Amino acid sequence: MIRVVLPTHLQTLAHVDGEVKLDVEGQATQRSVLDALEARYPVLRGTIRDHVTQQRRPFVRFFACEQDLSHELPDAPLPDAVATGAEPFLVVGAIAGG
Amino acid sequence: MSNVRVLVGTRKGAFVLTSDGKREKWDVSGPHFAGWEIYHLKGSPADPNRLYASQTSGWFGQIIQRSDDGGKTWHQPGTPPGEPTTTPEGMPKGESNKFVYDASPGTGKPLTTHQFYDGTQHPWEFKRVWHLEPSLTDPNTVYAGVEDAALFRSTDGAKTWHELAGLRGHGTGPKWQPGAGGMCLHTILLDPSNPKRIYVAISAAGAFRTDDGGKTWKPINQGLKSQYLPDPNAEVGFCVHRIAMHRSRPSVLFMQLHNGGGALRSDNAGDLWHEVRGNLPTDFGFPIDVHAHEPETIYVVPINAESGRVPPEGKLRVYRSRTGGNEWEALTKGLPQRDCYVNVLRDAMAVDSLDKCGVYFGTTGGQVYASADAGDSWAPIVRDLPAVLSVEVQTLP
Repeated sequence: MIRVVLPTHLQTLAHVDGEVKLDVEGQATQRSVLDALEARYPVLRGTIRDHVTQQRRPFVRFFACEQDLSHELPDAPLPDAVATGAEPFLVVGAIAGG
Repeated sequence: MSNVRVLVGTRKGAFVLTSDGKREKWDVSGPHFAGWEIYHLKGSPADPNRLYASQTSGWFGQIIQRSDDGGKTWHQPGTPPGEPTTTPEGMPKGESNKFVYDASPGTGKPLTTHQFYDGTQHPWEFKRVWHLEPSLTDPNTVYAGVEDAALFRSTDGAKTWHELAGLRGHGTGPKWQPGAGGMCLHTILLDPSNPKRIYVAISAAGAFRTDDGGKTWKPINQGLKSQYLPDPNAEVGFCVHRIAMHRSRPSVLFMQLHNGGGALRSDNAGDLWHEVRGNLPTDFGFPIDVHAHEPETIYVVPINAESGRVPPEGKLRVYRSRTGGNEWEALTKGLPQRDCYVNVLRDAMAVDSLDKCGVYFGTTGGQVYASADAGDSWAPIVRDLPAVLSVEVQTLP
């Protein structure tokens, strides 16, 4: 079980409060976690990754275990603590704007 | 007695303002989608309770919202409120947020590039929906004008979108360029007398018309001037800010152009334009609209072009022409006539169809002004919304 924390606006869109808990088949990677997230909440398609390129949107970052994972390869394994559910995978909107 | 519903898109959410036909007392609901930019929302002429909204964010991209009850509740098309977002097979019910340029050999052409700010060629990149134009006859058909400039259509209530690729692919794309706000398709006019004819306008490419339902398009920019274009006979490259028509005369068009021409009109469906600026104080502005019952009565809001894009002399004035242009009168009663430095954006003016015609506009300062007497006098409905991006009006039975 993977725990995902979404930014407030995406929680509103997906009609969820707090953490999202996902079952991910196979290895826990950015790609597999986001695939599972978007399969559960299709409205999030395109909001975290570009519809076409599947690349992370520029003002979105990924963190876990006090590490910035934004620039890790999509298929790189996530930390064990994320894979086991001990720590959440954080989707963060860049703090900018007024 | 009829009612009026004013749909307001702002930098930080949507607002729905309602009143009876007197248009004196208003109820304000919102913000809907708080914190998101709502570039535009508009109701279906065929079903006034069907509303479409463009919800967008620099962080999270494009969302399309739909209401089937006049704005009381909203949902992403394909996913009714409270229902699972996927089919029993796990497939998404809709792809309402997905705008993908058509590069298929059958219907489109290979993606072209357009001119970027620095003069180099740049690939088309989808950014947001600027304008949603519901069909005049079918609540499930709606057009979307997007940035980077292209026209999309949905025929299933905004669940899925498909590009009308003939516009972007007709040949002049490499000469299109972004305006300060981006390269956006911001105006869509549907001809009520000819379902095959559609007008669109793009900043900064110009105006285009299709006469075959969107398969093929022609630039309709003859007569326009631009100080930025060295070719006096340029086919495209014009920063058209807005086009308006009266539904009784769909071949007569009015245009607000970036400075260099100001207000223009065409009496032949855009084949040729001529200036009708007359005594307007500037040749710059964004919105232009037509009185609901008087096809020769038009409205603009002149803005200083080079000194801040604010009203000249700090006076917020709507100008009205009752002669289809050239002769303009300033409408000031109830509008601030000193120290006013707001702007009125291109999609932020609309009219109702009551008698007398109501006129509405919103400002970047968050005011929405209404006139229940065709512009003779004005009063704010609200004063302190976020910056207003769009205003649409529905006249309800």
